[in-house]
Amino acid sequence: MKVLLSGNEAVARGAYESGVVFASAYPGTPSTEILENIVQYDEIYAEWSPNEKVALDAAIGAAYAGKRALAAMKHVGLNVAAEALFYSSHTGFDGALVIVNADDPGMHSSQNEQDNRHYAKFAKVPMLEPTDSQEAKDFVGSALDVSEEFDTPVLLRLSTRICHSSALVELGERKAAKDERKPFVHNPMKYSMIPGFARRRHPVMEQRLKDLAEYAETFPYNKVEWGDRSLGVVANGVAYQYAREVFPEASFLRLGMSWPLPEKLIRDFASQVDKVVVVEELDPFLEEHLKIMGIEVAAGKEFFPILDEFNPGIVRDAAYEAGLVEETVEVQKVDTGELPPRPPVLCAGCPHRPVYYMLKKYGLVVNSDIGCYALAVLPPIATTDTLGCMGASIGVAHGINKAGVEERAVATIGDSTLWHAGMPGLLNVVYNKSNTVTIILDNLTTAMTGHQPHPSTGRTLKGEETVKADFEALARAMGYEEVRTVDPLNLKELEEGLKASLDSNKPAVLVTRSPCIFLYDERPPIYEVDLERCNACGLCFEIGCPAIIRSDEIHEKSGEAKAEINSILCFGCDVCEQVCARNAIHKVEE
Amino acid sequence: MKVTNFALVGVGGQGVLLASDILAEVGVQAGLDVKKSEVHGMAQRGGSVLSQVRWGDKVYAPLVGKGEVDYLVSFELLEGLRWLQFLNKEGMAIVNDQRLPPLAVSSGGMEYPAQEQIEKALSEASREYHIVPALARAQELGTERATNVVLMGALSKYLDVSEEHWLKVIEERVPKKYVELNRKAFAAGRGL
Repeated sequence: MKVLLSGNEAVARGAYESGVVFASAYPGTPSTEILENIVQYDEIYAEWSPNEKVALDAAIGAAYAGKRALAAMKHVGLNVAAEALFYSSHTGFDGALVIVNADDPGMHSSQNEQDNRHYAKFAKVPMLEPTDSQEAKDFVGSALDVSEEFDTPVLLRLSTRICHSSALVELGERKAAKDERKPFVHNPMKYSMIPGFARRRHPVMEQRLKDLAEYAETFPYNKVEWGDRSLGVVANGVAYQYAREVFPEASFLRLGMSWPLPEKLIRDFASQVDKVVVVEELDPFLEEHLKIMGIEVAAGKEFFPILDEFNPGIVRDAAYEAGLVEETVEVQKVDTGELPPRPPVLCAGCPHRPVYYMLKKYGLVVNSDIGCYALAVLPPIATTDTLGCMGASIGVAHGINKAGVEERAVATIGDSTLWHAGMPGLLNVVYNKSNTVTIILDNLTTAMTGHQPHPSTGRTLKGEETVKADFEALARAMGYEEVRTVDPLNLKELEEGLKASLDSNKPAVLVTRSPCIFLYDERPPIYEVDLERCNACGLCFEIGCPAIIRSDEIHEKSGEAKAEINSILCFGCDVCEQVCARNAIHKVEE
Repeated sequence: MKVTNFALVGVGGQGVLLASDILAEVGVQAGLDVKKSEVHGMAQRGGSVLSQVRWGDKVYAPLVGKGEVDYLVSFELLEGLRWLQFLNKEGMAIVNDQRLPPLAVSSGGMEYPAQEQIEKALSEASREYHIVPALARAQELGTERATNVVLMGALSKYLDVSEEHWLKVIEERVPKKYVELNRKAFAAGRGL
């Protein structure tokens, strides 16, 4: 039976069919739906771990236990988990491990663009790359087979376009899983990486790479598709599909395994075509290898961009520039005038908004983190000075305060992000005694990736009840004396808490706790503007709420527009009522 | 059958993704090769949304670039303009006549494009365009949320796919208690 599946759904199905019994991940676009789909299979234990490093360590443990395991993460998640990737490359497993890595060319939902094929070469592990959902499913099984046969973790690299595109997939049955309990294989020389033992593993890894390169020559998804031999296209991942559209007549070498590369196959192909071009997203990974092999590349990165995500139009334009196709698609020049942009914004009623509104008032250096509140970088809120990666806010704020600038630096970090990578930074502030205030924006969920549970929600991925980890107790255990909790939707309480934290001039933690609007069962009563009272002072516009809009009514003296509240968007947070100096905003009577 | 390219655009929360799920499944029912592509995550927080569906005998890429879309279905007027460059000049635009002013208009200083400007751009960029009252039809049926299915009904008139396939997919995709409502929404769309 064939069904439409996204790449992420297909990977989950692949895990089921290939006998995976353990799966772990931390949510991150574009990889989140892999675990969200795996959870439907009772045969697979699945968890959200606090971060990708822990997820990978846990999956490695499952593979040491002789089972088939999967860990999933976005491209920057593999940075977090890199240390585990490297030691597991040394040890191998009694079982098998596939690490699903989702790159994000074009940075639809990421802080940086990076090509994680380099990790395969760097950590000396094989990497498979599907070109559609069918292969995404099948490659999970291939990766686990390779992992078992060659005693290595295997990277399965997807991209946003593979993760979030759907295509027809033929479903199969589940392979019998090795889920019986057996004694642990005690082998410290293989699994305990002290220098003396690791030195013995390194040559094993080098030999393994040679063996894998041999295997790559016959790997069924490294294949030549002969067409017109005047042009030979080397491509992988979704870029292969775009190249297929642009060069319908050409010969193709598609590489389902992007590391190690099948040098003999590549040489044979190159020798039988008039010219070789390489079509790959992001870095010139394949191109550089071909050049090292002495193969002339007629068109590579000087035409096919190193930046951003491809689509068939971009590939066709580049091919036209390179003189490889005779015409390109004509894009119509339509005069639409300058269109108002529609960027994503914090929702009306979001409990993060008043925190930034207050920080703006105090003229602080605001160091932020990864989550919905990254939207506070841009107008209308525009109250963030630095934002780097998961957990960076606290360390950076500490460094700024220690080095010293005129203003105080503070950190803002979400609940799930604090559990992910914030704890060591939080400890550093109190241990090394800076007057950094860390504001934990606790909206009781992992909001940006779609409201997954985390360690202080009291729920697991499988929906079971569990402990609720406690930020305030954590801070006190670390040695913080200044620990406060406020409701951010109460501006007076929020301001008092912030002011007391700053005034203490000590390491301080301020927890702003209020649920994400998506966690409410029903919408609270909404608000409206009394146009008689409104004097168009504009104070409420400064909150930056999408529900507060300019009305058609103009104030006579100032000539400014009075405010109006959009009754569809308003979520009744009450912040505008607290800001209004004229008492012109009030609850709508039922 | 030559590959047909669809782009469905609108604002996060308008039901663009569900409509593209239905469209893609209709292609499967009709026995075609189908691919669908969309963006999740941060881009969905009230922002501009694009989803693409392609179907035909054999589909390689899950999306196309500018100038290659045959049918542009926009759930909102301004978004119709924003994505107009994706349409090829032989293409058709079907645009819901709803206006959702973005923050740059409602509290910033920018102007929402005037109706004449929208129609002029649509007529220049397409072989044929239809501005349809899909929101009003859905509201007549009692819920704005059916706007997406009204728009699919409006699109279906121009496609060489049997109505049965559409009705079957709606029946399978929509919760049981809403099936009748969505059948009506689809019929209302076909009547536009």
